[in-house]
Amino acid sequence: MELAFFIYFAAVIAATSVMVVAVRNPIYSAIALLIMFFHVAGLYVTLHAEFLAAVQVIVYAGAILVLYLFVVMLLNLRQDDRYHRQWPMAAAVGATLVIEAVILTVMKGWTTPVVAAGTETTVEGTSNAGAIGDVLYSTYLFPFEVASLILLVAMIGAILLAKKDIVEVNSEG
Amino acid sequence: MTELSLRLAVSFAQILAEMSIVMITVATLTYFERKVLGWMQDRMGPMEVGPYGLLQPVADGIKLFFKEDIVPAGANKAMFALAPMLTMVVSMIGFAVIPFGPNITLDIFGMTIKPFVVADINIGILYILAIASIGAYGIILGGWASNSKYSLLGGLRAAAQVISYELNVGLAIVGVLMLAGTMSMVEITEAQAGGFWHWFIWGGRPDGFFPIHTQIFAFVVFVISAVAETNRIPFDLPEAESELVAGFFTEYSGMRFAFFVSAEYANMMLVSCVASALFLGGWNAPYPGTIFEYVGLEQLAWIEHIVWFAAKVYFFLFMFIWIRATLPRLRYDQLMRFGWKVMLPIALANIIVTSFTLYFFPR
Repeated sequence: MELAFFIYFAAVIAATSVMVVAVRNPIYSAIALLIMFFHVAGLYVTLHAEFLAAVQVIVYAGAILVLYLFVVMLLNLRQDDRYHRQWPMAAAVGATLVIEAVILTVMKGWTTPVVAAGTETTVEGTSNAGAIGDVLYSTYLFPFEVASLILLVAMIGAILLAKKDIVEVNSEG
Repeated sequence: MTELSLRLAVSFAQILAEMSIVMITVATLTYFERKVLGWMQDRMGPMEVGPYGLLQPVADGIKLFFKEDIVPAGANKAMFALAPMLTMVVSMIGFAVIPFGPNITLDIFGMTIKPFVVADINIGILYILAIASIGAYGIILGGWASNSKYSLLGGLRAAAQVISYELNVGLAIVGVLMLAGTMSMVEITEAQAGGFWHWFIWGGRPDGFFPIHTQIFAFVVFVISAVAETNRIPFDLPEAESELVAGFFTEYSGMRFAFFVSAEYANMMLVSCVASALFLGGWNAPYPGTIFEYVGLEQLAWIEHIVWFAAKVYFFLFMFIWIRATLPRLRYDQLMRFGWKVMLPIALANIIVTSFTLYFFPR
């Protein structure tokens, strides 16, 4: 049962990912990406990470992709041929990845998986949102804070870029 | 396998029952809205079809069903068809986690069933937020696919508005989640049992009446943002009649138009359900226990719970219509400034204050 779900989600994720870059109409690309996000969320649910699944949909599908669509619609790009002369390059990268995946799959039986000590944290908790919160604010507090700092920097940068003229006027006056 | 199929059958029965309730309420709402608006404007409202116009929703439904379905030339046909479906489905599936009645379990054929909630999942409220955020796609795609200036402008406005106000909805409920300590809608509602002073809008502690953890600011932010998210007046810029003809569904007709309209009513109902479950105690009566329990009819207590839930939801629905009859539409810059510079700081401050009160006065 779980394997069947995994195969379904994985197949759709692979297919829609290809569509995102292969389809010529940017709106269709966005829709393919939306379907992909949902199936990634489905994959999280099969792994019993419901919180991650919900956040995946809220953040990626609900906010980021809507902004993409917003921009695409604002520019009204019906069709864009500029980015479709890269098939040889894409084929080369894709072939490398496929070979790598095949080698890794075959090698799996030969070597024992190496798990670094101390990276896995077991959390006693009833909900997995609580578990993520515990881990995020104890073990991974520093990376978490660094990530938020980076976001803050990006935000300030964006505001500066958008309000450049205002800053210049102020410094002159 | 038989157990699985039985479980599926029970789930389908529940979904069917819940969908019928939602659709009937949507039909009632169309009548209710026109009637209440009529009274507020010193008119009669619909009076022609049936006694007091009671059959108006039926007449409207039949009319819309037999209208010609027009697809404008130059429209993107696939997206044009997808948009109303997406909007309708998204507005329906959110109800899956809403507890309509008390959290009782029934044992049928060795299975435990919760009759008043379709799916009691542990991320209930996040699920609703995720579903609500998908609702924007129907509007944006519908606006874009119509190949019309008015529709496109409506879709763009909707995208910006929904993103801005979704954030406030998400932040407004954080205080409630901190008080309840869970994200399951059923458990959040149960945490507010025992009288109106336990509702999260007051947030009184179980040992006293003093509302130290009050979420009333979050409640106000939530309700205003909910009005904005459902594209209702005074936040109906995506479908502003006097500016954009009908906004994102200008080009739609017949049943597709009906899908958009009924999805809007279903969304109103969904946010009303969420507001009553999170802030007004859901199916809990405003007094401890139930009257049926006092007179010795415990097995009928669920009726009273459901009546209270329906009363709260209809209060919110009435308020939606009341606001529509009262307020003029916001200008676009006012809408954005209000969302980002007024609502967002209030919601953030509420989170900080609630976490401090919870730290010093734990529940």
